[in-house]
Amino acid sequence: MNRKPDSTSWIREKIFLGMTFPEYIKSNFTLPNAIAAVILIVAVPVMIYRFLYGLGSSTNLSDTNPWGIWIGIDVLCGIALAAGGLVIGTAYHLFGMKQYHHFLKPAILTSLLGYLFSVFGLLFDLGRYYRLPYPMVVSFGFSSIMFLIAWHFALYIMILLTEWSPSLFEWLNLNKLRDFFHKLAIWATVFGVVIAGGHQSALGALFLVAPGKLHPLWYSELLPLYFLLSAIIAGLTMVIFESTLTHKAFKRQLEHFNSSEFDRLTFGLAKAASAALFTYFFLKLFGLAHANNWTYLVTPYGYWFLFEMLVFVLCPAFVLAYGVRYKNITIARWSAFIAVIGVVLNRINTSVIAFNWNAAERYSPHWMEVTITVGIITMEVLAFRWIVNRMAILYDHPDYESLH
Amino acid sequence: MGMNRREFLKRTATIAGTAVLGSSANTSAEQNSVQKADRHAVLVDTTVCIGCRRCEWACNEWNKNPNQPIKAFEDKSVFKASRRTHAQTFTVVNRFINPKDSTPIYVKKQCMHCEEPGCKAACFVDAFKKTEKGAVIYNADVCVGCRYCMVACPFDIPAYEYCEPLIPRITKCTFCFDRISKEGGVPACVKICPTETLRFGKREELIHLAHERITNNPGKYIDHIYGEHEAGGTSWLYLSSLPFDQIGLRTDIIKTPVPNLSKGFLFMTKVFEIVAAWPLVFAAFHAIKKIKIKQNSQDTHITKEGNHEQKT
Repeated sequence: MNRKPDSTSWIREKIFLGMTFPEYIKSNFTLPNAIAAVILIVAVPVMIYRFLYGLGSSTNLSDTNPWGIWIGIDVLCGIALAAGGLVIGTAYHLFGMKQYHHFLKPAILTSLLGYLFSVFGLLFDLGRYYRLPYPMVVSFGFSSIMFLIAWHFALYIMILLTEWSPSLFEWLNLNKLRDFFHKLAIWATVFGVVIAGGHQSALGALFLVAPGKLHPLWYSELLPLYFLLSAIIAGLTMVIFESTLTHKAFKRQLEHFNSSEFDRLTFGLAKAASAALFTYFFLKLFGLAHANNWTYLVTPYGYWFLFEMLVFVLCPAFVLAYGVRYKNITIARWSAFIAVIGVVLNRINTSVIAFNWNAAERYSPHWMEVTITVGIITMEVLAFRWIVNRMAILYDHPDYESLH
Repeated sequence: MGMNRREFLKRTATIAGTAVLGSSANTSAEQNSVQKADRHAVLVDTTVCIGCRRCEWACNEWNKNPNQPIKAFEDKSVFKASRRTHAQTFTVVNRFINPKDSTPIYVKKQCMHCEEPGCKAACFVDAFKKTEKGAVIYNADVCVGCRYCMVACPFDIPAYEYCEPLIPRITKCTFCFDRISKEGGVPACVKICPTETLRFGKREELIHLAHERITNNPGKYIDHIYGEHEAGGTSWLYLSSLPFDQIGLRTDIIKTPVPNLSKGFLFMTKVFEIVAAWPLVFAAFHAIKKIKIKQNSQDTHITKEGNHEQKT
């Protein structure tokens, strides 16, 4: 145990999952990998093309429509769906719900990758991407909501790295570092609550400055609260959705998996998600009444708004409650998935579909924009799988099991 | 205890929520009015403009944008489509038809140079500046290219050099700040205007003049100076014989300056983050204490075993 392994066997154990190089390469010839490879073979050259030839030739962005799906999907959806780490971290560390232990590490990894790839996606959108750290070191726009978001993103990524790093150090057998960061986790979570709450709502507040451009059914003084609450919904339902997928995909890793316990905890999340969805729905209803926007409901945008609110908010709220009440796990999982789609739809509506609704010139994404977004999501899934296959994310590392 | 803590956190969240809501502060407008004495402006009388587009030529010339001979600007066919500002076009003149007598009305469009600019408040690297004379100017040296200023501008003015691959900039009318900051300097477009459609002067005096024109010519003008209060007031002011939405100027722009729409949120978020930090820190201490108590009982168990081993 104390003997330092020589480097070839280290690489073999840690990187090639205990296989020799040819074996490892061979094991990667699978259908999902083939699909991912095809996507990346197209997407990576497009990414390079964007960095070299600029926004004009790779996007449909214009002077009237300065933001497209890279903001709408990569950043707004990416960050909302990465709220799982916040939600589970708070439940576990601050509310003392230790039973959610097994949800914590995957949720934190998902959040970390969600944030990192959101920032990666943001790079494509920034005209001068190489100046990304400018708001941190060169010039400070204190009056800007974007400034708050930039700092909060940076801080929160560090927080998530702190929370995730014990798994990394367990993998590298660096026990002292592992213990140090493990102790820091609770403090990271505490500041994470403040920081994540701040920027999730700030993403909604971004649109506060554009009352004339965002459709009245989506524009509201409550936008920050809407975004915060729907991010919590996204966090809860994403954890349900993602844990369902990972438990199927990585079944081999879960020796001591207790199916009924897993379902019981999923119901707990579903219950919270249902309550959050109901709160969100009534808050939206209140916002509608407060601004007296009823007349907009009988316009095409109104039907679209109702579609979002009824099919993707109210419906999953009821069905989740039904699933919890009658212990129907399949229904609970599917409705959680619907709620995830609902949050995605809300972010796309706010930033693209209902934005510039009254402008003559409308935006639809360029194929390269779509390709890069799909490429980023593919990379994120691959990164998640790479880490889960190597580090103790879904189970406790055997050396540290007793500590929990 | 656990229940109490949960209750506490819930309550903090509620307070924060309410705090986030009450987000419209209306104080800055009054505070700043004192400093605005030297603010300059341009009054655009759209009833006088003949659509010669010489202002466009002069603007291109002064700002070193791609230009054509002044003769080419007499071509009226550009009026067929409504145009907006673009990367190398800081100002455009659009034509509208008066429904009453079918006469053309020409309206020049450029940066309005807001008294409290939305682009400035939106910029996360503080690339915009409102000068004492009134010009809103942009500093490309710090710009990251997020284009939030374009989202924030209620007049849809800032344009982006999308076709510039590596060093794109935001572009917009500079109010010829390099001319007006000199004694007696006026913007290039004002200088060339042959009809006195454009008049450069102190903002307060121009507002006074505009009101006079409205009262002295009953029926000629709509009783409204566009830009006096729009988005908290702008340095470009418009007079019109038609309602402003019929001459291509947005009338859905509220009086609240754009910065005030986000100010309240920023303020409350920071307050919330400071206030909420403490209950969270206490909660963390509490949780750690719990873990330690648990560990201590385990540790004593282990040391007992250890002692036992040593003895044997």
